[in-house]
Amino acid sequence: MTDQRSQAEIVRQSLKRRYRKERRFRAYGIAAIAVALAALVILFADIIGKGYTGFMKTTLTMEVQIDGEMMYLDDATDERQLKMADFVEPLVQALIREIPSATEADRDAVRDLINPYASVTLRDRLKENPEWLNTTRTMTFLAHTDVDVYAKHAGDEAYSIKLSEQQQAWVDQLQEDGVVETSFNDVFFQNGDSRDPSKAGILGAVVGSLLTMFVTLILSFPIGVAAAIYLEEFAPQNKLTDFIEVNINNLAAVPSIIFGLLGLAVFINLFGMPRSVPVVGGLVLTLMTLPTIIISSRAAIKSVPPSIREAAEGIGASKMQVVLHHVLPLAMPGMLTGSIIGMAQALGETAPLLLIGMVAFIVDVPDGFFDSATVLPVQVFLWAGSPELAFIERASAAIMVLLTFLISMNALAIWMRKRLERRW
Amino acid sequence: MNTLNTTVTSEAEMPEENVVPVQEEKPAETVIEEGKTVGRPFSDDAKFKLRNVEVFYGQDRAIKNISLDIARNEVIAFIGPSGCGKSTFLRCLNRMNDSIDICRVKGSLHLDDQDIYDPKRDVVELRARVGMVFQKPNPFPKSIYDNVAYGPRIHGLANRKSDLDDIVENSLRKAGLWEEVKDRLDATATGMSGGQQQRLCIARAIAVSPEVVLMDEPCSALDPIATAKVEELIAELSESYTIVIVTHSMQQAARVSHRTAYFHLGHLVEVNETNKVFTSPEHELTESYITGRFG
Amino acid sequence: MQPANLLLLTLVLAVVAYGLGYARSRALAMPLGGIRHLKSLPFYYGARAALWCGIPALIVLALWAAFQGKVIQMLVIGSLPPEMIPADEGSASLLLSKISNVASGALPPGFVEAPIVEAAERLKALRGQSRMLMSALVISVAVLAGFLGWLRIRPRINAREQVESILKWLFFACAALAILTTLGIIFSVAFETFRFFEKISFVEFFFGTSWSPQTALRADQVAAEGAFGMIPLFTGTLLISAIAMLVAVPVGLLSAIYLSEYANKRVRSIVKPLLEMLAGIPTVVYGFFAALTVAPFISNLAASLGIEASSQSALAAGGVMGIMIIPFVSSLSDDVINAVPQSLRDGSLALGATQSETMKKVIFPAALPGIMGGILLAVSRAIGETMIVVMAAGLAANLTANPLETVTTVTVQIVTLLTGDQEFDSAKTLAAFALGAMLFLATLLLNVIALKIVRKYREQYD
Repeated sequence: MTDQRSQAEIVRQSLKRRYRKERRFRAYGIAAIAVALAALVILFADIIGKGYTGFMKTTLTMEVQIDGEMMYLDDATDERQLKMADFVEPLVQALIREIPSATEADRDAVRDLINPYASVTLRDRLKENPEWLNTTRTMTFLAHTDVDVYAKHAGDEAYSIKLSEQQQAWVDQLQEDGVVETSFNDVFFQNGDSRDPSKAGILGAVVGSLLTMFVTLILSFPIGVAAAIYLEEFAPQNKLTDFIEVNINNLAAVPSIIFGLLGLAVFINLFGMPRSVPVVGGLVLTLMTLPTIIISSRAAIKSVPPSIREAAEGIGASKMQVVLHHVLPLAMPGMLTGSIIGMAQALGETAPLLLIGMVAFIVDVPDGFFDSATVLPVQVFLWAGSPELAFIERASAAIMVLLTFLISMNALAIWMRKRLERRW
Repeated sequence: MNTLNTTVTSEAEMPEENVVPVQEEKPAETVIEEGKTVGRPFSDDAKFKLRNVEVFYGQDRAIKNISLDIARNEVIAFIGPSGCGKSTFLRCLNRMNDSIDICRVKGSLHLDDQDIYDPKRDVVELRARVGMVFQKPNPFPKSIYDNVAYGPRIHGLANRKSDLDDIVENSLRKAGLWEEVKDRLDATATGMSGGQQQRLCIARAIAVSPEVVLMDEPCSALDPIATAKVEELIAELSESYTIVIVTHSMQQAARVSHRTAYFHLGHLVEVNETNKVFTSPEHELTESYITGRFG
Repeated sequence: MQPANLLLLTLVLAVVAYGLGYARSRALAMPLGGIRHLKSLPFYYGARAALWCGIPALIVLALWAAFQGKVIQMLVIGSLPPEMIPADEGSASLLLSKISNVASGALPPGFVEAPIVEAAERLKALRGQSRMLMSALVISVAVLAGFLGWLRIRPRINAREQVESILKWLFFACAALAILTTLGIIFSVAFETFRFFEKISFVEFFFGTSWSPQTALRADQVAAEGAFGMIPLFTGTLLISAIAMLVAVPVGLLSAIYLSEYANKRVRSIVKPLLEMLAGIPTVVYGFFAALTVAPFISNLAASLGIEASSQSALAAGGVMGIMIIPFVSSLSDDVINAVPQSLRDGSLALGATQSETMKKVIFPAALPGIMGGILLAVSRAIGETMIVVMAAGLAANLTANPLETVTTVTVQIVTLLTGDQEFDSAKTLAAFALGAMLFLATLLLNVIALKIVRKYREQYD
């Protein structure tokens, strides 16, 4: 060819321009990944930055004179007297003694440093130890939320400090004296919700989530696996089977809130089941997770090689025996992995639960499947809507707990897939 | 993965698997001396000068110390039992092995005295000069016209639409496809017959006016009539291009090539004029292979 | 007995039935000369007895648990003095919640009328009776059926076949649950939607440009008539989804391309799980991030540039939703791009095309239908997403295309209308179901089209 030389020349000349394009294209790809990863990092940093203080509580440790006369109490075993007695006064007096500059005239300002629930704590401790009456004890109480906010966020513009100048000076002094201390927030893990941020905890929501997840798991796993077995192994090739498959594929993509509508209309209004209970939440989440579990279980069954089936059938096993003795155990790791991922999805789900009333303000830790409850993501939603920053901080902390659960579940799924799944 | 590429890569990626049975059938007394090739491996007017070429897949040595010249405007056929490394060797010539992560190439490979594996060497330019046709026809899911025009377009070979039309027509004519498709250049290429698709791929390769065309078993997926047409085409193309063809079929090698190279277990055992190889092979392995003792 | 405990008890009974059945089949086999003379293994006789015992009992339990609440409610309402029987469903549900609050002790009896206290007592009694009856019925069904199953153990019976066919039917029922779920969804939205359209005209709903569903709560209350035009919700949903797709499609697609064509194995193995982590984060977390971090950031930024931006801008909700959808788009595109045969890549590279030319001119066009399908699925996800918009988008139904203003979406309105105090019959509540029906239809349509495209694409290269 006469023009091979000149064409090679043309190609060579075009190279610079083309490689520039190549580099630009590659840069777009890197930029896209950078954007996505940056979003992930910012999200985590934001939540940790907002929420790590949620894991700290502020307490007051002081010598309390449990003076029966001051409290109008002479028998700490008498229920009626305990109800009427004044448990606030000893705390206020104790704190005034800790603040040299405070006088009896400042008692209201001093009282506002103590958590409103501290008196309940004192009453409960005294009820357990009636002999403490008319003694002096060193005890630790929660500080008021305003003190908590001041102790953790003084100088942070986002937080409005509600303490007066005088109170701030006292708290500074008390911190130096070791009366006001910040420590690990065990209250957060031991309580249900509360109107007072310092008292609010996630135990109720965690238990609610566990109950709901338990219902979801025991329903969705067996049903999902059974449905997958039917569709992969027994279903005849007909219109009905096709229809079932179309339904499953579509349900997998139906917005979760639609399942909430289903739960409201069918379980609550039609069947008259109670609102806000883990059983109904579990039922709704079961319907929502089933498609995921069915689809992943089918994939797991499909990956079992036909040679295994043939081997078992060859020695006269029935179809059901082949499936239950050979296919199912071999497909189990894959099914479990898919189910864990489905469960993780369900654990983070919020929208459908709002519609079935799991959004109520519930203080008590639920004690059964038919007890009003909320779940962790809904608790996050409730706190996130609060105008008080002290609740926002707890919402972030709750998110961290939720993400810890989710990440461990996903890590478990990945580990199982690596560890147990066989390659054929 | 798709069925289209498995056949190509399986041979390239897993040379060892197929080797084992061959080894068993090999006449026991035959010893291959590494780096020693009988016949006429070298040429005075070399397009490719290849010396001491070795190819590794991870730890496995797939090509063992091969030296060979490929002359200008000759048709050279690579034959040998499957898994012998002929495809791997072919793919070194335009660095198609680059896309396989674990593949490393050693030795000196020169095209017109320029090092192919020079790190500064441009793959794009190399491939524009060394075209390739694959085992299975792989037309792009575009129109016939766009398939042929693809190369000239990306390389900027045509300034005007009419130039491009000329290139497309010429390439299709050379590929013997023009008369069959001139009325339906806008039809999608995937709707053609297998033989037509393969000739289209040849047209696509020659549309960028390469100096060399590599053909990796171009007829293995075609029926006999389509094969005959492609072979005819190869004969015509040999006037203006250097052609390296890997083939399973000894008849095909005999029909189309000037020289034939016999590969065995990664060694280049014998290279010679095609009629010599098929009538009086010098090496006993070559003889066993062409007489059908194994392969 | 609590239903949960009853469930457990039934399972225990089934296990007992298994043991007894197993033992009996062995005992029957002994005189015949061993279990070789049984038609099936003892295991199957035991399993058959267990299934006989468990299945009818569980069905009874499920039906009873499902319907007892409704039946008791009707009985309680029916037993009220005639003048107190509520006229419509709305007041009935109010009354019922009052009664059950009294019954549970949340509402002191002193605060309500005497008939209600009586009704509360009756409610408590009925609940107790219902539980007793249910326990008795379930246990007797289990024992009786289990006994029958045990009794009918004969060496000639092919227990294996029976057990297997029961199991097969059970498996089928589980699979058919998908149909039932779809029917349930259709039933739950369709029914209420029809009732909604009895009150509000089609024209107003579909073409009205004003949405303010605050109808009078009581009949005698003088309040503004609610307006039920869904156009602003529709445009709001579209605006937020469009912003989300503007973020998710380029980022998701380009990162999928980079990961599948350029990145080496190590980078892929690190970046891919990280991207998938974005998909695993609950939507409530994104909502939190959007409402408390991104939205204030955007409105401050706009303010510093001298532009007015709402503190609940569509941009914040849409942008964060886009981040959420990135992994969805990227993993679907990744699948699709990987399905393009390697031979096409080789063909293009062998002609001297650069990787980006190969990508742009060969692979991308070939993968386009599949990518479109994936994008449609992502759109369906965006319009159905709830928590991000509930937390970060507003309630104001503005008809605007300005991403810095507040808009509201279909899902936000569903949640707002159905949480908090509600009565079941008002147009307000019914409107939520009508919106739900629209949402279901829209996403269904998108999903069906998308799945069809994707399947067709897969078949092309299989």
